[in-house]
Amino acid sequence: MAAKRLKQAVASKMPVTIEINGVKHTYEVEPRLLLVHYIREYAGLTGTHIGCDTTNCGACTVLMDFDGKWKAVKSCTMFAVQANGRRILTIEGLAKDGELHPLQKAFWEHHGLQCGYCTPGMIMAAAGFLMINPNPTEAEVRHGISGNLCRCTGYVNIVKAILAAAEEIRQSGKPVIEV
Amino acid sequence: MMKLRLLSPQYIIDINNIKGLNYIKDGGRAVRIGALVRHADIENSPIIKKKLPMLADAAPHIADMQVRNLGTFVGSLAHADPAADWPASVLALDAELVAYGTARRKIKATKFFKGPYETALKPTEILIEAVLPVPTGKKVGQSYLKFERKAGAFAIVGAAAYVVLDEDNVVEKAGIGLTAVAPAPFKATEAEEVLIGQRPTRELVEKAAETAAAMSDPMSDLQGSAEYKREMAKVFTRRALNKALERAGVAI
Repeated sequence: MAAKRLKQAVASKMPVTIEINGVKHTYEVEPRLLLVHYIREYAGLTGTHIGCDTTNCGACTVLMDFDGKWKAVKSCTMFAVQANGRRILTIEGLAKDGELHPLQKAFWEHHGLQCGYCTPGMIMAAAGFLMINPNPTEAEVRHGISGNLCRCTGYVNIVKAILAAAEEIRQSGKPVIEV
Repeated sequence: MMKLRLLSPQYIIDINNIKGLNYIKDGGRAVRIGALVRHADIENSPIIKKKLPMLADAAPHIADMQVRNLGTFVGSLAHADPAADWPASVLALDAELVAYGTARRKIKATKFFKGPYETALKPTEILIEAVLPVPTGKKVGQSYLKFERKAGAFAIVGAAAYVVLDEDNVVEKAGIGLTAVAPAPFKATEAEEVLIGQRPTRELVEKAAETAAAMSDPMSDLQGSAEYKREMAKVFTRRALNKALERAGVAI
């Protein structure tokens, strides 16, 4: 009897509340639902892409709040329930008041994309990286984005864009992420 | 593992909210690392940089930034991938791992790794802490070197080493741990014995490296033949020892 009750409890959905780009979302989801599916299919924010589903490609990278600090994580690597009560920032939350984030601008200006599939993850990873290392060398940028695959550009313009954005952010004196 | 359908557990318990397990504590003779310490925390820890530079060497080469932001040091030990980086260091340092189930118990790292993904943990236990002795003495050097096919890949071979020498450059203590070149990572005790009580020379280091390689038991796969990997075990043990000696201020 007790075992049966437990089985039912486990199979049932649970409410998960996540603040994405400043907006609180609550949905009843299966415990096995991945965070990336919560973001795309429940919250409807499809800017976060799924490339490999095995934590290799980085297309699903978002920023997550760890005790007041934004850190880049791969949203296919955790369950939505594990993000319950947390804040998340996706590519849709990066531009402010109709103005692109310096990273978005730099990717545009330096042609840091071709097909664009990896771009949201690449930009969110770059944001996470610049918070750790605001004044990187080219080699450090390359190591920093080693968890993100791009099959079009050969990375050259992506690295240029990140270096340019880093400089702009430093000169502005503002933090990489202002929320 | 779950994504690849290699594991399909019926229940998963998330320990991320047990805040008391998130610490790196410098106890002088030993550094204690709690179960929630991420790879990235080790990468950026001043305590680790100062006391256990072999861990600071290894951290940036584990997977990628995003994975290092989530994955934990202790979790990686419990997972016991035969090519993981951290086991080499805990074996070289002769660390103790703290398990908790119905009671708390300490397990020597040398008794912990049993085989691929196999450890001394009981099904009812989790690891909550690693206790890492800090090598101390007149002259101390540590290092970790990894041979990987591409950035962030698992090791083809990983070698952790430390040396402690007296004022006359005689090796008092030495630790060598190897990963990815046997069914389970191991402490190359026979190679450590080659060094202890001796003054390091090129020949001595070479002999220690050869001894460590002879203890390895690698498997041929797409990354290389067993013969090649054993040779690399020698090369990387030699380089790790040389780097540790260099950091101890001893030229050979």
